[in-house]
Formats: sequence, structure tokens, C-alpha cells
Amino acid sequence: MNPDEASPLERALLSTFGAGLIFGAGLALSAMTHPEKVLGFLDLGGQWDPSLLLVLGGATGIASVVFPLILRRKAPLLMPGFDLPSARRIDRRLLFGALLFGLGWGLSGYCPGPAIALLAALPSSGREALLFLPALLIGLWIERLISRARKDP
Amino acid sequence: MSSFTPVSALIGGLLIGSGASWLLLSLGRIAGISGIVAGLPFSRRIEFAWRAFFLLGLVTGAGLLYHFGGSFGVQAPISRIGFSAWELIISGLLVGYGTALGSGCTSGHGVCGLARRSPRSLVATVIFVLTGIVTASVLRHWLENWP
Repeated sequence: MNPDEASPLERALLSTFGAGLIFGAGLALSAMTHPEKVLGFLDLGGQWDPSLLLVLGGATGIASVVFPLILRRKAPLLMPGFDLPSARRIDRRLLFGALLFGLGWGLSGYCPGPAIALLAALPSSGREALLFLPALLIGLWIERLISRARKDP
Repeated sequence: MSSFTPVSALIGGLLIGSGASWLLLSLGRIAGISGIVAGLPFSRRIEFAWRAFFLLGLVTGAGLLYHFGGSFGVQAPISRIGFSAWELIISGLLVGYGTALGSGCTSGHGVCGLARRSPRSLVATVIFVLTGIVTASVLRHWLENWP
């Protein structure tokens, strides 16, 4: 495909695919799709593995430098504007949500990104994702339904 | 048991941060995986398409490394023996419900939120990392000799 002939939609989709590609390669290289690697960090009682600290440090480090530069622009390259979270309040939803997420993360060693990336390891391995991911989707959508029901009674 | 792998961890982390930065620069969106997944069924047209293509890229990128990354020591994870289905399901429900309620996971709060210097994300990240540490440490050690 000649990039000059690509429509704006095609460019946007190619771009987001590329962003996902780099992100997924990073997850696999850093072994964050290995739950035992993640648990090796979270579990302080065994032979502690600080690798996850460097993963988070590298990812957050580079993003901390680059994000402010990008956000000086009026708009991103391929869309009319930025779409950033607008919530500011530190409320009970945030605190309780982070607590429940931490419980689930510490139980299995999976968070959403690595569990999805793990689908690439099927069928020879990665079968744990076939149980974890449907449960994750059910959990997400149960919360969505509950908060929608609360908003419009 | 896992051993410390500083080089692949740091380079992998830099790649994750670069992917998130590229998404922000090109489309102006936050690479928060739980938000991308949660929004998928409620989005139409380009809002659906960019999410779907990001996730396809994510799986493809991991797959490429599993197939061709052997020389850098990358291996596809081996399914754990004896890790119960119930634990995976309960964990999935907690992670799904918790990230929806708290509006983010490791990528949205931990990487992008901290990079945006969001106080909400800092608080969320401290809470889920501490809760994760307590949960993993308690389950794998203090309870291991229970009947």
C-alpha cells in the first residue's frame, strides 16, 4: 500500500495497529505475559525479582518525557483532537476499584494487557487466557451495567 | 521462581512506553488496555476500529516476539501446572470489575496516567501495586501450609 494513497481512516488504523504492535512486543520481551514473572515481583516472600520495576520504570520514564511534548500540540497527527480522561476527583470508585484490581492481579499475576497478548501463544500455551479473559470481560461489563443502572434509575 | 532480567525488562518497558507515545501522537488516545477493551462493544465506526486494530497489533507484536525472539531469550509462557481454573476465573472477575470501577489498569494508570502526572493515577497505582504485593505474598507463603 502506498502511504500517499492511504485514506485518513487507513492511516489511523495502520498507526494504531503499529502502536499495539510495539506495545505487545514490549510486553512479550519484558516477560510481563509470564504470570510467574509478575508474581516474582509481587511476592516479597520468595526470591524477589525486581524486573517489573524496570519495565514500569522504562515505560513510564519514556512516556513521562514524550507525553508533555506531544500534548503541547493543538491536535494529534491523524485525528481532530486529543481524547484524554477528564476525571479529577479521587473518589471511592477509584480507591475501591484499584483495590479489587490489585487483589485479582496478585492472585493470578495477570493484568489486562498481558492476558490479551497471551492469546498469541495459543494453542501450544497461553490456555490460561481462555479462562481469565472471559471472566475479565464479564467483570468489566457487570460494572458497566451497574453504574449505568445507578445513573438512570 | 523467576530471575532478574534487567536488560529485557528495561528495553521491553521502553517499547511499551513508545507504543503508548505513538498512539497519543498519532490518534491522541490513551493506551489504557482495560479502557480500550471496556469501550469496544459501546463504540461505533472509527472509535471501534482503532480499539480493535490496537488489540490486533498487541497480539501480533507479542506473537512475533514469541516466534522470532528466541535469540533474545524470549519464550512463550508455559501454562502453569496445578493453577486452578477457579483462581483464574475469580482473578479475571476482580481485574475486570476493579479496572472498570477504578477507570484503569497497569497501562492506563501506571504508564500513561503517571506520565500525564495525574494525581488520580498515582493514587490508583500505589493502591493496586500494594494490594497486589500483599495478595501475592500472603497467598504464596502465609497460606501455603493451610490444610
